[in-house]
Amino acid sequence: MSAAVDSAAPPRLRRRQGFAALGTAARTPRGRVGLGITAFVALVAVIGPFVAPYSATSFANVPFGKPSGSSWLGTDTLGRDVLSRLLDGGWVLILMALAATMFGLVVGGTAGISAAYLRGRIDGLIMRTVDVILAFPSIVFALLLVSLVGPKLWLIVIAVGLTHAPQVARVLRSATLDISERDYVKSIELQGVRPAKVMWSEIVPNLISPLMVEAGLRLTFSIVIMSGLAYLGFGQAPPAPNWGYMINENRIGLQLNPWAVIVPALFIALLTIGVNTFTDSVARVAIGVEGRNVEVALIGATTPEAS
Amino acid sequence: MAVATAVAPASEVVVAPATVPWHARRPLLALVTRRGLAGLVTLLIVSVIIFFATQVLPGNAAYAVLGRTGTPARLHLLEKQLGLDRGVFAQYWHWLSGLFTGRLGTSLASGQGVWSVVEPRLVNSAILLVLAGAIGTIIGVTAGAVAALRKDGWFDHVTSVVALTVTALPEFVIAIALISLFATLVSHVLPAVSIIPPGSYGWNNPKALILPVATLVIVIVPYTLRMMRASTIEALESDYVEMARLKGVKSWRILLFHALPNAIAPTIQVIGLNFLYLAGGIVVVEYVYNYPGIGQGLVDAVSNRDIPVIQFIVIVLAAFYVIVNILTDVIALLATPRRRLTQ
Repeated sequence: MSAAVDSAAPPRLRRRQGFAALGTAARTPRGRVGLGITAFVALVAVIGPFVAPYSATSFANVPFGKPSGSSWLGTDTLGRDVLSRLLDGGWVLILMALAATMFGLVVGGTAGISAAYLRGRIDGLIMRTVDVILAFPSIVFALLLVSLVGPKLWLIVIAVGLTHAPQVARVLRSATLDISERDYVKSIELQGVRPAKVMWSEIVPNLISPLMVEAGLRLTFSIVIMSGLAYLGFGQAPPAPNWGYMINENRIGLQLNPWAVIVPALFIALLTIGVNTFTDSVARVAIGVEGRNVEVALIGATTPEAS
Repeated sequence: MAVATAVAPASEVVVAPATVPWHARRPLLALVTRRGLAGLVTLLIVSVIIFFATQVLPGNAAYAVLGRTGTPARLHLLEKQLGLDRGVFAQYWHWLSGLFTGRLGTSLASGQGVWSVVEPRLVNSAILLVLAGAIGTIIGVTAGAVAALRKDGWFDHVTSVVALTVTALPEFVIAIALISLFATLVSHVLPAVSIIPPGSYGWNNPKALILPVATLVIVIVPYTLRMMRASTIEALESDYVEMARLKGVKSWRILLFHALPNAIAPTIQVIGLNFLYLAGGIVVVEYVYNYPGIGQGLVDAVSNRDIPVIQFIVIVLAAFYVIVNILTDVIALLATPRRRLTQ
């Protein structure tokens, strides 16, 4: 009916809707719980290093000492204060998870949007690359990379980010395929705008909803894989505190001072549950319908569609 | 207009004449072939990546193994052992052909053959994978169907909150919780580590299997449950179920013969996903319980930079991944008559 209105209005309208989903989700009961838990753990991780009673690497008492007035959560396998290590052991994990998520979203997003928009050979090439990365379990892919260079933090970030990229690429590719057929995109194309600019200013703003959901999911998985790698001993070098590795190094003393294991495990659990619960409510608000679509988006079907 | 719309759908189900190529007459066979070939190509590329990444890329694998302490003589010896003194493609070919002829090389950490190191681990991991996959699927599918039937009932609410919470948990956190509950703090009914003596397998030590299997089951049930619930609800709300209801078909008949068959295809995909997930999940879970499978073997090999073992375990896991993917696609397709026709 009115092509001019169609070409200008919808993207901007959709863009506002996209981010509004975050606010709406934060007001749902489930979203509030998720956001609250996440904020609590993040706050502990960020403020923790400044309020820790002892240095995370100094020796406070005998190994696996029970909680006492001087160390509220007792001491760990080497006699260091558990509370201090807990307060100092989260921020690197969270930063690395955020960095890996960003990396995965940027690489996967660029690949998926370009594949869908440019089609043809580029599409084929990108999606075959995706198939290859998807042929490894994420943690195995990360371990393979770690086995090359050793447990360097930047390498772990890149490795985890790369394992996210294929899934992000798939989700955004199918979303882009739909959007790039719409009239306002066609009309911009007819004006001779470069493909890169069309993708950035017309397509990306319409992908905010799936992007937000993907970001939340990838962040959850980043934390799961990062803490898992740290647990296996592929994180920061040993004296540095890390919630994942704390569980591993203190496990032999589970009977003597259980807090040294249980509290870091609890913090990792709270962090992943909080992020995932908030993501879940964002997905239900942004995607809108209750049902299989939400589940598919949340679970992220990794098996390729047989077509 | 009217003629065109009437003809269009009919042309899709026309019986194939002899001139139609075989892949149009046998769409299913064509799909299996195509997916199989694509999987083979993927595996070949994966093998190139694994090999070049571990053996060639970081300058020199021998140097990586020995570190800075390696004397030139030992370095030279190890280079010969790894075949690094030959050309790159000769090395790759030697390795790839070795995968098929059983010439897998020697573990750098133990000095034994790679196959004799990995074989018992493969069996142990397979036991874990099959048990957890089967039990998890049965529980997840049943609970999902029940939750869908009693949508918004108490069971549905409880399972949906529990599923959402557990989905997010890392495997080792679940494992630590189970160990605390059943093997250390609260009670001592089960062993905290799954010690399996060399020469015996997982099935000889059922008690050692319980906690690792339980951990993996807890990890995969939520996915299965959520997917099954969503697809069953979708099927139950469809027109043909409504029709059956209006005809007065009994509700259990509707569930078993009308709704469930249509919820199977998406569920098969989830089962496939479960097995893919388990292939990665065993890495951490086996390590936590000290269970001698390939996951723990991989972590050990990475710590020791035992390159021949890393290469073999990773290619085995990748092959498993690709095969499960293909099987999932084909079975899901077989379970969806509608899609089989429109191929």
